[in-house]
Amino acid sequence: MVANVQAILDEGIAALNATNDPQELENAKARYTGKEGAITALLKQLGTLPPEEKKTFGATVNQAKQAFEAALTARREALAAEKLAKQLAAEALDITLPGRGRPTGGLHPVTLVQQRIENLFRSIGFDVADGPEIENDFHNFAALNIPQDHPARAMQDTFYVEGGDEPLVLRTHTSPIQVRYMLGNPPPIKIVAPGRVFRVDSDATHSPMFHQMEGLWVEEGVSFADLKSVVVDFLRNFFERDDLQVRFRPSFFPFTEPSAEIDVLGARGWLEVGGCGMVHPNVLKNVGIDPEKYTGFAFGIGLDRFAMLYYGVNDLRLFFENDLSFLGQFK
Amino acid sequence: MKFSEQWLRAWVNPALSSDELAHLLTMAGLEVEENEAAAPAFTNVFVAEVLSVTKHPDADRLNVCSVNVGEAEAVQIVCGAPNVKPGIRIPCARIGAVLPGDFKIKQAKVRGVESFGMLCSGDELGIPDGVDGLLVLPTDAPVGAPIRDYLQLDDRLLMLKLTPNRTDCLSIKGIAREVAALTGTVQSPVAIAAVQPKNDDVRSVTLGSTDACPRYAGRVIRNINQAATTPDWMKQRLARSGIRSISATVDVTNYVLLEQGQPMHAFDLAKLDGGITARYAKAGETIKLLNDKELALEADMLVIADDKKPVALAGIMGGGDTGVTEATRDIFLESAFFAPNVIAGKARRLGFSSDSSHRFERGVDFGACRDALERATQLVLEICGGEAGPVVEQIAELPARKPVLLRVSRVAKVLGVALSADEIVAILNRLGLATVVSGDAITVTPPSYRFDIEIEEDLIEEVARVFGYDNVPVAASNAKLSMLPQSGNARGKAALKDILVARDYQEAINYAFVEEKWEADFAGNAAPIKLINPIASQMSVMRSTLFGGLVNALKHNLNRKQERVRLFELARVFHGVAADAQSEKIAGLAWGSREPEQWGAGKERVDFYDVKADVEALIAPRIAEFRRASHPALHPGRSADVVLGGVVIGVIGELHPKWVQQYELGNAPVLFEIDVAALLAVDKVEAKAVSRFQPVRRDLALVVDEYVAVAELLSVFSDVKSPFITGIELFDVYRGKGVDEGKKSLAFKVLMQDTHKTLTDEEVDGVVAKLIRQGEKCGATLRA
Repeated sequence: MVANVQAILDEGIAALNATNDPQELENAKARYTGKEGAITALLKQLGTLPPEEKKTFGATVNQAKQAFEAALTARREALAAEKLAKQLAAEALDITLPGRGRPTGGLHPVTLVQQRIENLFRSIGFDVADGPEIENDFHNFAALNIPQDHPARAMQDTFYVEGGDEPLVLRTHTSPIQVRYMLGNPPPIKIVAPGRVFRVDSDATHSPMFHQMEGLWVEEGVSFADLKSVVVDFLRNFFERDDLQVRFRPSFFPFTEPSAEIDVLGARGWLEVGGCGMVHPNVLKNVGIDPEKYTGFAFGIGLDRFAMLYYGVNDLRLFFENDLSFLGQFK
Repeated sequence: MKFSEQWLRAWVNPALSSDELAHLLTMAGLEVEENEAAAPAFTNVFVAEVLSVTKHPDADRLNVCSVNVGEAEAVQIVCGAPNVKPGIRIPCARIGAVLPGDFKIKQAKVRGVESFGMLCSGDELGIPDGVDGLLVLPTDAPVGAPIRDYLQLDDRLLMLKLTPNRTDCLSIKGIAREVAALTGTVQSPVAIAAVQPKNDDVRSVTLGSTDACPRYAGRVIRNINQAATTPDWMKQRLARSGIRSISATVDVTNYVLLEQGQPMHAFDLAKLDGGITARYAKAGETIKLLNDKELALEADMLVIADDKKPVALAGIMGGGDTGVTEATRDIFLESAFFAPNVIAGKARRLGFSSDSSHRFERGVDFGACRDALERATQLVLEICGGEAGPVVEQIAELPARKPVLLRVSRVAKVLGVALSADEIVAILNRLGLATVVSGDAITVTPPSYRFDIEIEEDLIEEVARVFGYDNVPVAASNAKLSMLPQSGNARGKAALKDILVARDYQEAINYAFVEEKWEADFAGNAAPIKLINPIASQMSVMRSTLFGGLVNALKHNLNRKQERVRLFELARVFHGVAADAQSEKIAGLAWGSREPEQWGAGKERVDFYDVKADVEALIAPRIAEFRRASHPALHPGRSADVVLGGVVIGVIGELHPKWVQQYELGNAPVLFEIDVAALLAVDKVEAKAVSRFQPVRRDLALVVDEYVAVAELLSVFSDVKSPFITGIELFDVYRGKGVDEGKKSLAFKVLMQDTHKTLTDEEVDGVVAKLIRQGEKCGATLRA
């Protein structure tokens, strides 16, 4: 009989392990431990046995039942694990498909460079100022010590605008912003003034509209040495080159004195990147600032030029065509 | 100003290389814009003499020449030049010579005849002379001399880009003066001695306007030989300054202009009627100029006149009828000073410029007219012969050279480097500026050739220039530190741009001036602000909307096969010429599919509501109203005014179908344009307490007539003043089965919450009932 129990158990475990899904497993289980099951039948036989046999046979059958149930649990878990593995395999994605939705746009390269420079100057306490683009003679020329017969005032350089009581121009530089700011704010003054400016000029290297950035610092004790210090600091940080060579070359502008051109040493020699100088005493007087008490410096650079240098763009016209295949690079 | 380096070095010769000299000038503010060799490099070319020429036996066009190269034996050279003949002296490249273009001269057989070198043309030596054939040298050219030495080809041509204040450097004399000051080198100027008159011939000189012409010197020179040729040294110096040789007399005036900086003019004496007067033009006067331009003179034009007529436009150009010609025997030479403000702008007004006007309008040394006249006389007599008469000169009140005060302390204040009075005086004196020192003050009197020294800063610039900008320290300032204010109630324009960039818009930059038609089409603006001198008709008016530029950029990109275009621009528009009428706008345009074409999303086209969300994002956290509006650029049924706080701050909508068709866009883009100023103010967040009790959501589906706007329902809902309502949001719009034709079902999500307790069903139902009753005011019924 004992041998018979072992045979039933072996057969039962084999039956469990032969199943492939939970239903088959439950059916197999029923065939051994269900009401009519083979192991259940063995337990039922116990009552018919004499007491001494009942004890030993009972222990054998119970062991067999426990072994069967352990096998059942193991098989259940195995089937569940198998099922999960199948499900996971079936659910696997092509993780190389592109992400869904919208990319981001981008800023114009001139804006990117403008913001970069604004941030550099903000970090040393310069505010950002702005002003109108249709200007009168006073703000664009007269206040800046540009005399009546200066070539800049000629029609071939300056756009004139209809409709004023006085001659109106499209500002030819960002310097009128300086004038307006100095008229409205007492020193100390530390500003940069970016903006669109206009000249009657259009070819491969000139656009009738382009961008400048003006810097101005007026305070007691500001000197040419400060000018050099701020401009060199700016250029080295802008181009991220501590060893960038910068030189100041004497020049002439009506609104600064002494005046200088700013050159940086590039791979192909010195490259002019801007103009600067100490604010002309007449300019300070024109805006009601006492040049005996206050001194100041101003500088001006071409933002389009800086954007070309920074991003390696070789054609100015690309900045104004708004071609997405060009602009799309600037994310 | 272009000049030969050797010419300058003849005057002042510092111990500097050519490059060092150029750098010195550049760093002193006289920018050397070009610095090129007078001739390209070549070797082994000598002056030679052609002894005999015989025809090549096998080639018609070739000659076999016997050439004296300065050695005992003549050399045989085959030559194809048409102008070869016995007796001429020419450059000869010997065996081993390397000519420009790495052309090596070797012993060769030319059609069977041995040739031991090459006779050269100007072109072959890189010094084009316009002659077809050999470069024929003067008969006294020393045979055997290296041609580079003989023609002074190891020279450099420097081009100075002078700033308008440095008129004093528009001559060799002036540049030499500057170089001497910068280097401390002694000058050797040309000696000018007064020419002794050989006769008494004079023409009277009258100063008709002493302000405009306070100094005029002239002299008669008789019996000059017009056929005389300009000497090669003079021709060469002129050529290296870019001036073509014309005739000996004219060449002399040009030469003195370059050397001394004094514009000169030579009149044909025979064409002058009586004396000379410098005066303003009279009404009705005309003149024909040397450039053949016929000119009606204006009252503010200064002329040189004889007793009958104007004979020159003073300081600008001589008259064509009184100029020197081949037939001229006697001349009247002029050397004068004309006030810069009288000459300035006139040449430009007439549409040309001259070397003379260029100098006079900036300022010519009024102290040197007489010297220049003597120098020119001396050269004319040397080259053309003739007899000079006495100088006739009138001098009125010359421009004042007022003393300028320079404080040693001010130099330190402006430059940030302390220079002593001695150092400053030394610099100024080297520049020829006279100084008187008294403590901190240096009184400086500028010389007659400087027109740019009127105030203290002018002198500080001179000091800085000679001291060297490079020598001013790069100093850290001792200025006080102060932070920039940063308002919690404002944001920058960059923040607005970032919002649109995050929503897939690319920034564009368009011209501020546009086609007039765009203003009419996109802004309904019949009277835009016009440019007086536009560069082109499509850039003739100032824009009052950014739409035109964006539509144009769309078109540009569609032409380049872009399938989806989303652009924005932030810029000024112009509603007037006053500063406050030039406000900034931010505008956007979206065209094409809502999402970029991709595997996991549909291909729906972008529509009004997509762009409305972009506009709402720009305005958030403030909430704008959208009111139906009419805009010339936009579809009347698919556009709206954007209203914030009761004020219209912008517009949004689909481009009007007629413009879609006219501008050939295929499909309508959706556009918006908002006032930037209205977007910069933000509300600093004041945090509210968060309820710890459960929120309740009830959905409410209401059926209304098709024409009822959602905003009307939201408006009546807002009249329910329940403290529990935390939000009412539309989440579905349904038309179709179950809803009658002409009606739509709007589903709202109503969120309720109390801060003190959990809401009861009765409270919630009460609020919903109130909302339904409010909805009835719009004809809404609860959906069955």
